[in-house]
Amino acid sequence: MNKIFETPMYAYRHSPDQDEAAPVRRKVVVVGAGPVGLGAAIDLAQQGVEVVVLDDNDKVSFGSRAICFAKRPLEILDRLGCGQAMVDKGVVWNQGRVFFDDRQVYEFNLLPEKGHQRPAFINLQQYYFEQFLVNRVRELQQQGAPIEIRGRNKVSAVGTHDTHVTIEIDTPEGSYNLEADWLIACDGANSSLRAMLGKDFVGRVFEDNFLIADVVMEADFPTERWFWFDPPFNRDQSALLHKQPDGVWRIDLQLGWDIDKEREKKPENVIPRLKQMLGEDVEFELEWVSIYTFQCRRMEQFRHGRVIFAGDAAHQVSPFGARGANSGLQDTDNLCWKLKLVIDGKAPESLLDSYDAERIHGADENILNSTRSTDFITPKSHMSRLLRDAVLDLSERYEFARPLVNSGRLSVPCTYDGSPLNSADALDGPSRTRPGSPCPDVPLQDGYLLPRLGGRFILLTIDADAPDMIEEDGIEVTRLALSARDDPTLALKARYLGDAPSAVYLIRPDQHVAARRPSFDESLFRAAIRRATGKE
Amino acid sequence: MSDLILTPNIDGADDFYADLLSAHESLDKAASDAFNARLILILANHIGNRAVLAQSLAAAALQPEEEMK
Ligand SMILES: Cc1cc2nc3c(=O)[nH]c(=O)nc-3n(C[C@H](O)[C@H](O)[C@H](O)COP(=O)(O)OP(=O)(O)OC[C@H]3O[C@@H](n4cnc5c(N)ncnc54)[C@H](O)[C@@H]3O)c2cc1C
Repeated sequence: MNKIFETPMYAYRHSPDQDEAAPVRRKVVVVGAGPVGLGAAIDLAQQGVEVVVLDDNDKVSFGSRAICFAKRPLEILDRLGCGQAMVDKGVVWNQGRVFFDDRQVYEFNLLPEKGHQRPAFINLQQYYFEQFLVNRVRELQQQGAPIEIRGRNKVSAVGTHDTHVTIEIDTPEGSYNLEADWLIACDGANSSLRAMLGKDFVGRVFEDNFLIADVVMEADFPTERWFWFDPPFNRDQSALLHKQPDGVWRIDLQLGWDIDKEREKKPENVIPRLKQMLGEDVEFELEWVSIYTFQCRRMEQFRHGRVIFAGDAAHQVSPFGARGANSGLQDTDNLCWKLKLVIDGKAPESLLDSYDAERIHGADENILNSTRSTDFITPKSHMSRLLRDAVLDLSERYEFARPLVNSGRLSVPCTYDGSPLNSADALDGPSRTRPGSPCPDVPLQDGYLLPRLGGRFILLTIDADAPDMIEEDGIEVTRLALSARDDPTLALKARYLGDAPSAVYLIRPDQHVAARRPSFDESLFRAAIRRATGKE
Repeated sequence: MSDLILTPNIDGADDFYADLLSAHESLDKAASDAFNARLILILANHIGNRAVLAQSLAAAALQPEEEMK
């Protein structure tokens, strides 16, 4: 099988920039063509900002790595022009089973909330995910968008200045220099840029190893997520089975700390383990095997002048709950509209500090959640093991214990409570749409709400008057007028009105609520726009 | 706000205490520990109220009463 992660997707090509005597100045340079770097580049290019992506490699993610992509990143990907391709290819699942020891303790249906265009999440190999992003880059290039990926361009040094960043790059043909007004560092968990800036950080290392194997199976396994605590085939450890597209299954086996990694990875050692788990007669082929450990940590600050960190370079979590790539895309979604306004001179540079405030809040929430999952899956003391096992035993009989079972919590976007960009909540409306919240989707008579919000400032009015457009100091805000009469499922009322008869929302380009009131008040909304763009 | 009850509240306290002991009687140490863990979780769910649960944790840690609120 010719695997897509073994084929160069952005092979090295000589750039005219390499022949210039003086370094060429670029608007934005993104370092790293992983999910986060590609997301950032597409976002900026769609807004007309010139962007060059540098990557030391020329292929998509080796092996699968991330497989679960949640609703919020899918909604972001819709705005980046590749959500549909991902959903079409991905596997949607709702059923799960939990096993403890040698028995199933319960099964569940996630029963995702209705009235959203996108599913709660999909399973998709990271290499497909990245391939769709690269395809989107190619499509934008054909439309003449200012975006470029340079494969086998490894950043070896950076210099920071008040007005720009200097970048030294190694290529197969030797090194060259570039300058950038802004640099977005998306160079992953082992970020060399972090080290170059002397901002390396320590965190909590979880003393554990996990073996991940992606296997191609003919078997008729149902499309479900199976999680085992302390199964006979992996005593005192956990195991996970999850379906991906193309008949590929993700198997995740916890191995413990004192192991010989090279030995465990050998097919002659992996295959017997998998046979114990899947049954002797199940036919399968190993696509990819790897062993990983993980850390939970973040940088103290994500913005360092003109160098801004995003994704795994800025923060890392354990994989339980699928928060890595999912939260990385929320980083760039938060950053890119702000950077565009700053580049265009429509907002002060200090607007970028709100990226720090908001995404550090997000990273802390993710670290907290994934640490809790890890502590449940791998109890750290005798008593935590006792309580964990008690929860699992009870979950077999009593429903109440099931919410305590924590094999990873679904990644949901964080609400930027307390953000400097929020205006005080002036609507007696639902808590889920208070200022700082990500906008929940709503089915309208004709399509869904989120695509209509798009990626610009919106004044959403529900049974309230307002001008069709306001401009405040260079920021254009377009009205989207809705009515509770066009609310076939009553989701608009439930999610945006509550008991209020009318509402006006100021919504940011990343579809977070900045302000809301029962009716339009010009001077208050102008103030809210200034606040949402870092002007007060 | 409801408060954790720390005054006598069980009818037939001696009978309850005897029930608690007899539930453990035939159990070895590991089974007794597991029993206790399940019991705590069942009672905690029944209480439900997070403030009362927080006060219970503090009370069990034998913290001075004024620090428990
Ligand atoms: C087993 C496993 C399962 C996971 N499951 C999930 C999941 O289900 N859902 C989820 O959301 N996340 C998951 N993750 C996490 C996810 O894989 C990462 O969060 C994601 O890849 C981070 O993307 P990134 O773009 O920040 O970094 P990376 O994907 O690491 O990309 C960094 C890029 O930078 C390049 N680079 C590095 N240094 C330089 C340099 N000096 N110059 C130029 N280029 C450079 C690298 O070549 C690479 O292409 C999982 C991770 C693992 C290991």
